[in-house]
Amino acid sequence: MKRLRRKVLGSAVVGLSGAAAFSIVAVVIVVMATIVVGGKDTISWEFLSTPPREGMTAGGILPAIVGMALRVLIMSIAGVPVGVITAVYLSEYAGAQSRLARAIRFAVNTLAGVPAIVFGLFGLGFFVQFVGSGMDTLLSDGTDLHWAQPNLLWASLTMALLTLPVVIVSVEEAIKTVPQDLRAASLALGATKWQTIWHVVLPNSLTGILTGGILAVSRGAGEVAPILFTGAAYFLPRLPGSLSDQFMELGYHVYIMATQSTNVDATIGIQYATTLVLLTITFMLNFSAIFLRSRVRSRQMR
Amino acid sequence: MTTTKTENTKIAIRDLNLHYGSKQALSNISMDIAPKNVTALIGPSGCGKSTFLRTLNRMNELIDNVRIDGSVRIDNVEIYDKQVDVVELRKRIGMIFQKSNPFPKSIFDNVAYGPRINGIHDRKRLEEIVETTLKRAAIWDEVKNDLGKSALALSGGQQQRLCIARALAVDPEILLMDEPASALDPIATAKIEELIYELKQSYTIVIVTHNMQQAARVSDFTAFFYMGELIEMDSTKTMFTAPTKKQTEDYITGRFG
Amino acid sequence: MNQTPPVSMNFMREDRKDPAPPSLTGNTGGMSGAGNGNVTGFTTQGLRRRFRWDEFLAEKLITVVAFISLAAIVMIFVFVFREALPIFFQPEKEETAVVESAEEETYGEEYLGEAHRARSEEDREASRAETAGSEGRATLSNLAGTRWQPVSAVPQYGILPLVVGSLKVTLLSILIASPVAILAALFTASFAPRWAKEVLKPAIEILAGFPSVVIGFFALVVLASLLQNLFGYEYRLNAFVGGLAMALAVIPIIYTVAEDALTAVPRYMSEASLALGASKWQTALFVTLPAATPGVFAAVLLGFGRAFGETMIVLMATGNAAMLSLNFLEPVRTMSATIGAEMAEVVFGDTHYTVLFLLGAILFLFTFLLNAAAEVFIRQRLLKRFRGL
Ligand SMILES: Nc1ncnc2c1ncn2[C@@H]1O[C@H](COP(=O)(O)OP(=O)(O)OP(=O)(O)O)[C@@H](O)[C@H]1O
Ligand SMILES: [Mg+2]
Repeated sequence: MKRLRRKVLGSAVVGLSGAAAFSIVAVVIVVMATIVVGGKDTISWEFLSTPPREGMTAGGILPAIVGMALRVLIMSIAGVPVGVITAVYLSEYAGAQSRLARAIRFAVNTLAGVPAIVFGLFGLGFFVQFVGSGMDTLLSDGTDLHWAQPNLLWASLTMALLTLPVVIVSVEEAIKTVPQDLRAASLALGATKWQTIWHVVLPNSLTGILTGGILAVSRGAGEVAPILFTGAAYFLPRLPGSLSDQFMELGYHVYIMATQSTNVDATIGIQYATTLVLLTITFMLNFSAIFLRSRVRSRQMR
Repeated sequence: MTTTKTENTKIAIRDLNLHYGSKQALSNISMDIAPKNVTALIGPSGCGKSTFLRTLNRMNELIDNVRIDGSVRIDNVEIYDKQVDVVELRKRIGMIFQKSNPFPKSIFDNVAYGPRINGIHDRKRLEEIVETTLKRAAIWDEVKNDLGKSALALSGGQQQRLCIARALAVDPEILLMDEPASALDPIATAKIEELIYELKQSYTIVIVTHNMQQAARVSDFTAFFYMGELIEMDSTKTMFTAPTKKQTEDYITGRFG
Repeated sequence: MNQTPPVSMNFMREDRKDPAPPSLTGNTGGMSGAGNGNVTGFTTQGLRRRFRWDEFLAEKLITVVAFISLAAIVMIFVFVFREALPIFFQPEKEETAVVESAEEETYGEEYLGEAHRARSEEDREASRAETAGSEGRATLSNLAGTRWQPVSAVPQYGILPLVVGSLKVTLLSILIASPVAILAALFTASFAPRWAKEVLKPAIEILAGFPSVVIGFFALVVLASLLQNLFGYEYRLNAFVGGLAMALAVIPIIYTVAEDALTAVPRYMSEASLALGASKWQTALFVTLPAATPGVFAAVLLGFGRAFGETMIVLMATGNAAMLSLNFLEPVRTMSATIGAEMAEVVFGDTHYTVLFLLGAILFLFTFLLNAAAEVFIRQRLLKRFRGL
């Protein structure tokens, strides 16, 4: 009798936890399937390569895709070098006990926990209002508003800050897998510290740097909150031509189409398709990052 | 302790002490190392041989919490002097590690690494250097047709000789070798030993080894370390035939260690 | 074993006598670097410490760049709080009246029933009367009020409904996500066969990679109607839908950190238990799980912080009506969603703008404290995993 109860209880525990685990898998599949099914018929070359038409009830999403690509590109150009250099500082220059390094590590951790919307506020308060106004004053006596407005540059820089911790952590992890032997070999040959970093450490961390970049891009591509008021535009069929232009953006477009469009039901196909495109892009980015990371990790094991 | 005269001394070590944190790893070492000879360092594991070797090119400075006092003079220049540039110092001293550690680059780039960081970029010049040093390290014939191949594709013994070539390419005067053959099979080991014998014509070599036969075969002088102290040093012949200290004899005859 | 007589010149030097010297270094000027007066051999001159500009600049530059993260966090603090600060030094000035019709432009409202519409009309009347004295200003008492009507003739900046709204959605999402995620983590750490792990881990990674706007979209377009049809409640978008959607975003975090904590439990503990004859599930439940409690707790805290700050999901799935109620089936407006929805329309520097920054400052502080608390419970490594690596 007692044994039976134990057995039943045991199966219950295993069954329940297994059910929890597989409900997650099921949800992932359902969400993906819904979006794929809902969006696949609308997706066409035309959809991907033309701007929206007729008050965004028809046409494609080209400006949104380009906007996202540009944003992510500028973000990477600004953010990845800073992340790599910070990681180099933390792992190669800072002593284990260094206070500065501890402070920087703390900052990176904190930065990683700040809500995306707060980054948006910061972008508005700092880049748009402070730096932008400053630039306008310097460049044109502050008479006309040029930089002190939400734009592509400010949105990208805000995003660069948001993704900075991702880059730092993944590059640092990769740098740590570079064997100490190689550093010693280089230093023993009379290479300086910087030469060793440049010729040995960084080339051997390339995969990690790439992973960090991709992870940052995928994280950045999926975040909408920080650009809500730092540069994203509701409707702007023209592609952005300069850093001071506003821009359409894929994630933002999903949000706008689903909540503010004039006729939500008529555009449901477009909404699904836009979401599908966004999901596909982030999925591919994540997949390549996971693949690269597993390669870095397996080197760590050896 | 040693019989070498000052003018015949390449490296003069006096009262060298080294602490890792609070742990003393070397105590009062004094030793003279003769130029263009092979000096073998022997002793049981953990007695401080590697640590001692690393004090000669100041590689210990890469380790946190190391404290060193005493004097190390090379050609009568105090290398622990504040005025001495450690990078310049290391350019003049080659180091070979226990585990061969070629860079994950081509054979050519491995050897050319030192010259390149010293500002030689002329391809012709580099090719000359690579060829001469690979020949000197007795590996040229084995690799001359695939210099572009990854160094990691070589066998362990070849990798080790490549590392020696890499060290030679910066034209050092001293070679420090930390158990260079311990990970190799007998044939590869024999090749390394042969090479060492060749190299001592031109270089002052200090080699750590666990292998008594090897010490006897390749070295001119042998120093026996025990628990961070230099117990005895003499010509290898004397050390292996008539050591003065009992500990040395015990170790050499394999009674401990 | 004789000492070799000192050789006057080694062959390296002899090489240099060749007509076309394959010179390796030094005297011929090549390897030792052009023009730095390098001399081979161990001479005081040759070994003299030299100043290397490139080395110096590299180190300084790297240190300066490394400061950016530190500067960023300080600046975020400064700029968010700076914009929020005027609230507390509000001058006695009249707010310019805003067009009444622009009030509460929330698409959530379309789903509000007539009853509620009427109620909010009444509320508005009442509030007009009671705050006649402090119109349009965000005094501290106004901030502590129960009405959030920033865009009306008589703006009300009571953040209480927003705070409660945030807590409602967050709590709900944690209540849904924690059991699922922790059980799933326990399953992975203790019971799952290899193949199950190989399905589960990528699924979690994919879920973690979903942009929040995609989850929000799914909740808004699919989940909301589905649940309303299923349970037949009044408002299509409400705290429950938002919380459920949010749970999707939080599950990967809780799962990852909890799973790490569970697998980090030393083997000997579970092995000892198994050796004593306890079954696998007993060991998991009574040995492994309790041993990993700090990590699991931290996982929940981190999930809480993430949910509290998340914007797009709540913006899309909760209905966004700022009503103060504890009913989980009514629409709700969170702090983050309020910032997200209203910031783009405000006038820079006015009271509304300032109050939104104040909300941001509260979010920042709160998530900061949560993260700090979580850090107390887990090792750095786990934290890294949560941070997307
Ligand atoms: N980086 C370090 N930090 C602290 N202690 C160290 C460090 N390296 C070596 N030691 C200690 O110093 C002592 C000497 O070590 P060393 O590596 O020089 O010995 P060894 O003679 O080379 O031994 P083996 O023959 O095993 O290589 C040992 O007790 C070791 O534990
Ligand atoms: Mg050793």
